[in-house]
Amino acid sequence: MAMQSNQTVFQGMEIPDEQQYLSCIKCGLCLSVCPTYRESFKEADSPRGRLMLLRKALAGELKLSHNLTDKMYRCLDCLACNAICPVGIKPADLALQARYLIHQSEPQPWIKPLIFKGVFPNANLMETAMLPMFLYQRLGVQSLVHKLGISNALPAQLRDSERMLPRLSRSAKSRVSETTPACGQRKYRVAFFLGCFQNLVFSDASAATVRVMAENGCEVVMPKNVKCCGMPHLGYGDVETARALAKHNIETLEKLDADVIVTDCATCGSTLKEYGHSFFSDDAEYNSRARAFSAKVKDVSEFLGSIQLREPEHPNKIRVTYHDPCHLRRGQNVWKQPRQLLQLSGAELIEMRESDWCCGSAGTQAITHYRDSMQILARKMQNVARTDATVIASGCPGCQMQLGLGVQRENLPMQVMHPIQLLDRAYRGDEK
Amino acid sequence: MLSESIIKELEQIVGSENVLTSVEDLVTYSYDGTLVEHCPDAIVLPNNTEQVSRVMQVCYREKLPVTPRGMGSGLAAASVPINGGVSVCLTRMNHVLNLDMENMMVLVEAGVVTADLQSQVEAAGLFYPPDPSSIKHSTIGGNVACNAGGPRCLKYGVTGDYVMGLTVVLADGRILQIGGKAIKNVTAYDLKSLFVGSEGTLGIVTQVLLRLVSKPKFTRTAMAVYPKIEDASVTVNNVLLAGILPATMELMDDTTIGTIEEYMHLGLPTQAAAILIIEADGSDESVVTQDIEKIGGICRQSGAAEVRVAQTEAERNELWRGRRSVSPSLARRRPNKLGEDISVPRAAIPEAIRRIKQVGEKYNLPISVFGHAGDGNLHPNILYDKRNADENARVEKASQEIFGIATELGGTLSGEHGVGLLKLPYLGLVESPIEIELMQSIKRTFDPQGILNAGKKFPVNLQ
Ligand SMILES: Cc1cc2nc3c(=O)[nH]c(=O)nc-3n(C[C@H](O)[C@H](O)[C@H](O)COP(=O)(O)OP(=O)(O)OC[C@H]3O[C@@H](n4cnc5c(N)ncnc54)[C@H](O)[C@@H]3O)c2cc1C
Ligand code: SF4
Ligand code: SF4
Repeated sequence: MAMQSNQTVFQGMEIPDEQQYLSCIKCGLCLSVCPTYRESFKEADSPRGRLMLLRKALAGELKLSHNLTDKMYRCLDCLACNAICPVGIKPADLALQARYLIHQSEPQPWIKPLIFKGVFPNANLMETAMLPMFLYQRLGVQSLVHKLGISNALPAQLRDSERMLPRLSRSAKSRVSETTPACGQRKYRVAFFLGCFQNLVFSDASAATVRVMAENGCEVVMPKNVKCCGMPHLGYGDVETARALAKHNIETLEKLDADVIVTDCATCGSTLKEYGHSFFSDDAEYNSRARAFSAKVKDVSEFLGSIQLREPEHPNKIRVTYHDPCHLRRGQNVWKQPRQLLQLSGAELIEMRESDWCCGSAGTQAITHYRDSMQILARKMQNVARTDATVIASGCPGCQMQLGLGVQRENLPMQVMHPIQLLDRAYRGDEK
Repeated sequence: MLSESIIKELEQIVGSENVLTSVEDLVTYSYDGTLVEHCPDAIVLPNNTEQVSRVMQVCYREKLPVTPRGMGSGLAAASVPINGGVSVCLTRMNHVLNLDMENMMVLVEAGVVTADLQSQVEAAGLFYPPDPSSIKHSTIGGNVACNAGGPRCLKYGVTGDYVMGLTVVLADGRILQIGGKAIKNVTAYDLKSLFVGSEGTLGIVTQVLLRLVSKPKFTRTAMAVYPKIEDASVTVNNVLLAGILPATMELMDDTTIGTIEEYMHLGLPTQAAAILIIEADGSDESVVTQDIEKIGGICRQSGAAEVRVAQTEAERNELWRGRRSVSPSLARRRPNKLGEDISVPRAAIPEAIRRIKQVGEKYNLPISVFGHAGDGNLHPNILYDKRNADENARVEKASQEIFGIATELGGTLSGEHGVGLLKLPYLGLVESPIEIELMQSIKRTFDPQGILNAGKKFPVNLQ
């Protein structure tokens, strides 16, 4: 977050450096890939539009109004604009920085004070209080939606939220032991970073991740006191909390002296890798520590793609299609490896059109921006339905939840899984 | 500012979610792909021709300035609402309405993104050839209004060559349908062509009927490297004289090559004076292969030091990577660039480039020249930093001199980007007073109150 302050309006705040947006030539190429623009066809829902709003706000020509805030929070952080901009502007990053700016000038009244500050960073509470899961289960969707201040929620939205949020499973923390020995000779020592969602909702996937790594000669250490990676906080502009969480995680994991730090959540992975880039850029000493940490982080498919893998005994005989999570495909440039894992698992891979187009989940977007999110999901499900796969694989809990909802809404005979689960099945042969 | 009641009326026509008036929305419709900015007072996003017509009736009655807008990728500030008023943005009218395989034509709404149109007709085995580089971020309505062209236009022609019919809403709201599926038609003035390239000054295009061709099945690409730019230019002529019509002949000069290498490291020959990228296509593989081999031979005979013919799709992409890297690398060199779009007779290309380089030296500004050598359409890009006032002033003078060069060599100010607002001051260099007067009276016939994009394309006549 290289920032400098030269605007009196934003005295004392961290603001984006001019260099980050000055060379935007307003060509409009980013409009072609922006999911929010491609639904509304309104310029303010486009990367170029958001950039212009931020620019005007920084120049003091626009206030950080409710409208402006809304435009910035509508961005899905899908990174498609970052990837396509011919001159290297990163509108997605700037939208997040705009949120931070807004947050610094006036903390957002969203669910943050209630949840992120109070609950997420607290390791003890996290298991029972993960949101929106926790509140939802405690209060029911109706009341949750009310508490989030979404007063005009539609009945369909309530139904969809109900459908989307899966039951909490037995947490991975209670299922998987702190250390799992390698099967056979130990070749690698892996620190496994357990993400919040993976722990509480998709613990089957995380249990599978640990088994597959052990199966391939990894000793897996899974520290139970890691905290949220900080992405939800960044998303809501709360950079301070995100930094505190990052420090905690760095300090917890670097002690383990592992060869590699692996996560099976695309979003966690991209955030952990970001620790070493923008998180501490104004603190040289800590920054180098963070850089060393981030250099070790790998998505599970990225890691498995870099080592020798054992052939599975029970190849899957299914057709699978793969959805590229934004934070894996563009966030980490990992897209070949998950496909290779699927093929290794024996599954026949059928590519969908626009496999790397955002599914509209973007964390909690499905709740906060229901209509946008459902339109974007509809586009994705159309592409999914054209394949005749029986499984949609995707290595991101947010995508998995959203795609699961899509399958229900469209009534498709499909199942949503993490790619690692198919490989795990091919090793264990317990096809159910 | 528009009155409450007018806004209400517009909302009743298109729905309140499609009338935008917040200051944040206004700001995001204040620009196009240039540095010019001016906010409209409201943006209207209509969903069909009928709505556009009713919106125009209101604007006509109230004498409100109206600026048609597509995706705002224009490079002439033509869609910037300099008079305020209402921006009528067609982006929500983005449906392909009918694909007529038998007549090989497609009817689309004006707001359809050109690349979407192209991929939809290609899925049916047909082909819409015009390929402006902005194909993914411009609308067909904007392409028609600017008569957009692209690399492939050497062989296939420009947007206007594909327009068979138009639905246009006139300034007073009347709906005009012109043209149709009959390929030959001489019963009236060719009004449809009048709208092509009219930059939104005569009416709002709402639907376009386009002719399609069958998709060429084979494409081969070659790259030729020249120690002397004249030889590149001679090559273009020699290829055409040999009876081969390549789909594209793209030229890059030494400044462009050097900049790409400095920032992208693609391994291009930095000592070269020019590079040509030539592509042949067609439906018969052996003919296309023969053509590209002949082209390679002609390049060598005409003075190319090196010719590479791509043997695989990967190699073809590799050759195009250089051309595609032009914009990104220029932008990395300096924060701003002024991209001109002059068009000169083909034979004058070397002379034009030589003189443009002198201008660059005179004003101490890097100028990169690239473009469509096959049709003499050059894009001299002046690189600068707009925060530097002194540089700004020099850029102004340099671009003026470049226009002078184009006209002296028998060319014109713009081959494809249009006049808009930016080239207005220089129009006198190429259009005679008679032409301008005629255009003004045509304008008065279509738009007696001068509400449609007034002040663009040619100077308004105040009488
Ligand atoms: C990176 C880049 C590359 C480009 N490459 C090329 C190129 O290779 N070739 C080329 O020709 N151009 C090119 N352009 C210029 C531009 O993309 C074209 O002029 C394009 O046709 C504009 O379309 P638009 O939808 O963005 O229109 P806008 O910019 O929104 O409008 C352009 C003009 O058309 C009018 N207009 C728009 N829609 C309508 C309508 N429905 N009815 C009536 N008038 C209308 C507007 O009033 C305005 O005068 C490029 C631009 C950029 C930024
Ligand atoms: S952000 Fe990049 S792609 Fe988007 S308008 Fe600016 S320069 Fe073009
Ligand atoms: S990150 Fe995605 S949603 Fe946000 S502006 Fe970029 S392309 Fe649009």
